[in-house]
Amino acid sequence: MLANHAWKVAAFCFCISIVLWLARFDNRFDIQLVYSFSNGLIAWALIDGGRFFIDQQSPYLFPRGVKGVALILFGAVVGYIGGTWLGNLYAGYSTWDFLNHTPRMGAYFLTFSIGTGVLISYFFYAQGKSAWLITELEATRRQGTEAQLRLLQSQLQPHMLFNTLANLRALIATDPQRATAMLDRFNDYLRATLSASRQPMHPLADEFDRLRDYLELMAMRMGPRLAYTLDLPDDLRSAPIPPLLLQSLAENAIQHGLEPHVAGGQVTVRAKSDGALVTIEIEDNGAGCTPLAEMAHLPPDDPTKATTGFGISQVRERLANTYGKQGNIKIVAARAGGTLASVQFPAQHQAPPAPIGYRSE
Amino acid sequence: MQITALIAEDEPLLAKALQTELALAWPELQVAATVGDGLSAVQKTLELKPDLLFFDVRMPGLDGLDAAADIADQWPQDQPLPILIFVTAYDQYAVQAFERQAVDYLLKPVQSARLQQCLERIKPLASARYAQAATKNIAYSNDQTLTQLRQLRQLRTPPASSAPHAAPLARIQASVGNSIHMVAIDEVLYFEAADKYVRVITKGKEYLIRTPIKDLLPQLDPHVFWQIHRSTLVRASAITQVLRDEAGKQSIALQGSSDKLAVSRLYAHLFKPM
Repeated sequence: MLANHAWKVAAFCFCISIVLWLARFDNRFDIQLVYSFSNGLIAWALIDGGRFFIDQQSPYLFPRGVKGVALILFGAVVGYIGGTWLGNLYAGYSTWDFLNHTPRMGAYFLTFSIGTGVLISYFFYAQGKSAWLITELEATRRQGTEAQLRLLQSQLQPHMLFNTLANLRALIATDPQRATAMLDRFNDYLRATLSASRQPMHPLADEFDRLRDYLELMAMRMGPRLAYTLDLPDDLRSAPIPPLLLQSLAENAIQHGLEPHVAGGQVTVRAKSDGALVTIEIEDNGAGCTPLAEMAHLPPDDPTKATTGFGISQVRERLANTYGKQGNIKIVAARAGGTLASVQFPAQHQAPPAPIGYRSE
Repeated sequence: MQITALIAEDEPLLAKALQTELALAWPELQVAATVGDGLSAVQKTLELKPDLLFFDVRMPGLDGLDAAADIADQWPQDQPLPILIFVTAYDQYAVQAFERQAVDYLLKPVQSARLQQCLERIKPLASARYAQAATKNIAYSNDQTLTQLRQLRQLRTPPASSAPHAAPLARIQASVGNSIHMVAIDEVLYFEAADKYVRVITKGKEYLIRTPIKDLLPQLDPHVFWQIHRSTLVRASAITQVLRDEAGKQSIALQGSSDKLAVSRLYAHLFKPM
């Protein structure tokens, strides 16, 4: 890259030589060349070389702020002095005598040198910065794509996918009718999982259907280790709720509540209402809830939530996004040992409040 | 010479499917038992002493790797360990680890072609195992299995999400009632897993934290804290003596505590005389 700069600087010096030679009283082009080249190359060497030693953290390899300006001025001035000295050597006369007699010409030459130094420096700086910005943009785009892929992968939950497929395969030979019924449920489950973000709300009846899909598939896999009940009163069937809000709670109930227990257990989901508020309870009679309950009170970006508890923080976020202060979730110990997750939200849903700054679904 | 196998798989349909596929691919193989959780897997394996183990990596109770470690610990020293085949639906890190350690594994759903391939490798190993019982090669091949198991444990956890060169933990934060106690890492003698918690033992006190051993391990300096058992991390400088009982089991005596810590066979290689 320095070599690239070097020949560009040489080209500039050449052009400047021509301009100055044509404009000055001096008629020797070669003398002008020596002055311009030595001035330009010394200034360039100092600026382009010096920038590596000053401000090494600068992202685009040029000192930021005052240091950058100082470097340019330093390079330009020293270039002028050195260039003039070399030129004098070559030409055989002394510019200093000339300058002493007409200091104004001296000031003119010096200003000219600094001016071109600044312009050329800016030229290289602008080139370098735009190259850097382009690589940054590409990197950001790539990260965005990778993040999307990761999100999709986490939604799909490969473990659930492959285990369910394995169970379906086992059923095909032994119980083909059940296999077909389960395959239909799996179809619906996948469809819902992949498109959950598109709809802002859907009726509670649909939400319970999705829950039934998931719990049926898990029951196929876990056999006698999972029993479940879904209880939705008729008058609540049309109550609106964000899609798949309850699924992550059902997943938690199974993964943290029932999976660790050798005997498994029971998951119960019931909806009730007192007119203004709808309460949905997801209860399991498995392992205790202490770690999970404590996590529900941690702030959303707490690192302990990285693996476990992620479902709950997401539920809280979604409730806050949709219902503001009126939507909340509580996790407590259930009477039968095990955990009770209780979600509450208003039965009548108005327009969502202004975004609080959370990433929206 | 009847070769026997034990299947440990928590999803009943899959256990049945594996049994069916095995019966087709290796009719002479007798499945001695099928269990649905890690604890039963350990218990039944020690009771029936099968030649082959088909272990699901994820199971309730103890997972496949922990169950294998416990079996190795309690297996008689003078008998060859059973041949382990792990079964997993999807576990990218586990699969990478299996490949690296040349440990046999099967992906769910278990397909006949892949099972045939696996069994082609296993069948001669199973016969060789009987031959070994008569010779002195047992110690050597058991050592190999133990090394494989130990390496698997290290490889299967995903790389630490925090900066790889982050400084090791300087203190442990343990909640006691309504407050949090800061325990300097220099005071900790050992960590021991107990149920859902991990005990943090210092000279005079004991604390409980929720971070599991496998999450603590990458955050601690491996030169300071050694893993001697799947549930125990001990400060190496606090070890005064390593005792061995008649059955060949090693245990550690500590400076500053009267507790004796059991050393798993997987980590016995750490304590060889110079």
